[in-house]
Amino acid sequence: MSAAFLNALEVMTNGLMAGVLYALVALGFVLIYKASGIFNYAQGVMALFAALTLVGIMEGQVPFSHLINAIFGTEIHHFGWHLPALVAIILTIGVMVIFAWFVQRFIFRHLVGQDTIILFMATIGLAYFMEGFGDLMWGADIKKLDVGLPQGGSFAIEDLTIGWAAEGERFYGMYIDKLDMVATVIAALLVISLVLYSQYTKQGRAMRAVADDHQAALSVGINLNFIWVLVWSLAGFVALVAGIMWGTKSGVQFSLSLIALKALPVLMLGGFTSIPGAIVGGLIIGVGEKLFEFWIGPLVGGATENWFAYVLALLFLVFRPQGLFGEKIIERV
Amino acid sequence: MNDMSSDGYVTADGRKIGGVLMEMKNITLRFGGVKAITDISFDIREGEIRAIIGPNGAGKSSMLNVISGFYVPQEGEVFYKGEKRPQMKPYEVARLGIARTFQNIALFEGMSVLDNVMTGRLNHMKTGLFAQALWKGKAEAEEVANRDVAEKVIDFLEIQHIRKTPVSRLPYGLKKRVELARALAAQPSLLLLDEPMAGMNVEEKEDMSRFILDVNDEFGTTIALIEHDMGVVMDLSDRVVVMDYGKKIGDGTPDEVRNNQDVIDAYLGVAHD
Repeated sequence: MSAAFLNALEVMTNGLMAGVLYALVALGFVLIYKASGIFNYAQGVMALFAALTLVGIMEGQVPFSHLINAIFGTEIHHFGWHLPALVAIILTIGVMVIFAWFVQRFIFRHLVGQDTIILFMATIGLAYFMEGFGDLMWGADIKKLDVGLPQGGSFAIEDLTIGWAAEGERFYGMYIDKLDMVATVIAALLVISLVLYSQYTKQGRAMRAVADDHQAALSVGINLNFIWVLVWSLAGFVALVAGIMWGTKSGVQFSLSLIALKALPVLMLGGFTSIPGAIVGGLIIGVGEKLFEFWIGPLVGGATENWFAYVLALLFLVFRPQGLFGEKIIERV
Repeated sequence: MNDMSSDGYVTADGRKIGGVLMEMKNITLRFGGVKAITDISFDIREGEIRAIIGPNGAGKSSMLNVISGFYVPQEGEVFYKGEKRPQMKPYEVARLGIARTFQNIALFEGMSVLDNVMTGRLNHMKTGLFAQALWKGKAEAEEVANRDVAEKVIDFLEIQHIRKTPVSRLPYGLKKRVELARALAAQPSLLLLDEPMAGMNVEEKEDMSRFILDVNDEFGTTIALIEHDMGVVMDLSDRVVVMDYGKKIGDGTPDEVRNNQDVIDAYLGVAHD
């Protein structure tokens, strides 16, 4: 095999794995959009909030410590414990479920039947509220997240692939990030279990029913509020997984909430209503932007990754607005 | 009507009708200043086919929506199985064993026929969230039992050939039948049908009539239905409530109703002087 081909292969593999992470964020959008027609702008902030909470619980940080100290003149910051990652993750899931209940109880229950644009505006408000709330609760500094996931390049793969290049060519083996590999496996498991859950369980069937027709769902005895809380909880869980992956990679910081913007083109490609669409959309964008940067980037001065996904999404909007897997838009006259 | 004691009566074709299953007492429903239903009372007895008829805008669908909890009346009381029903959400009413269909078909278009019918079984699934997530054991046994009921309903309504077809691909008449199947799968104590034959051709109407009679006959299901087509109603139902402009103008057997002067006026029109 030639070194050029191997390099392209390496870029593609890395692109696929980056794509899985995009898909993970997009998945959170799809879950909520399908069940309630709400485009949840706050999904990225949810990932940030989940990651902040996870770090806070693990490190034994006192929530609202700045506020408490400012009011009472105390100097408390830490409980002085370190929880194992698994316990902290379970507690964080609990926090996300409570969060889901709050969102449903205090925001969206009052907005049932409103226009989509109003629901969307509400999620923008929610996003900024949570950003400030997370800041107040856990502090604004960049935090290191280490739940024990492996990091750095995999030497095994480097050693394995170094011999693949033809004699005399300069090739030092493929660089594949271990964290990316783990993220890929976890994301794949998550997607498979979500699909199985929605296909074969009572709640899954009820979720699909609510997504399809509210009135009919009520008539067969489905409690819409319960399903919406369930869906927001699931989206919170997906946000937590995404938060862990991105947080481990680049630290838990407020720019984490911007990964939501990366998910937008993924949704344009995959369609807002399709779980497989989110996955395939994520993979296409991940691979697409890495390969584009690899081949075309040097010709145009690089940094194509910043805009490639959006231009691709724009093309889709023009030629196939429902995305690859979305429900076809048919207008009856 | 042979015998109208509180213990029920026997129909002309020899079916025994039981006691009162549901009673509407002095129901009044307003939308802002508009009265959709004015002080209407009637009852539905166990095992009977009860029809609500009336011209367009008479308030029939509103009445059905009150029964199924989609509308909350400003005045009046609803008694179900002898007890006063408190104000309930539609999904809570459904859990009491009251299933319904809609005038403009409300099916889950993205799902297959079988999945649609299975949603009718949701209230019969008792295993919790986590057992469902893990699915093994109890949840699995429950799924199998519910699947069995769904398949029987599908057989009964002769829609086996489209079991796996997505509902969105079905023609109108079949959709109506799938909706009936979903309601039936819940094994309801009371089945509400909102214009089950609207928009159907003669052949489809005959099929649907046959299914409604068969359901009542086979499972003893109490049925309350709204219908426009007078001929169909008179053939199907045991007793008929007639509404006009939100008021009740007649109540009785088809024969009694047919000869009621108010009813004749409402349907044929009468000169107001």
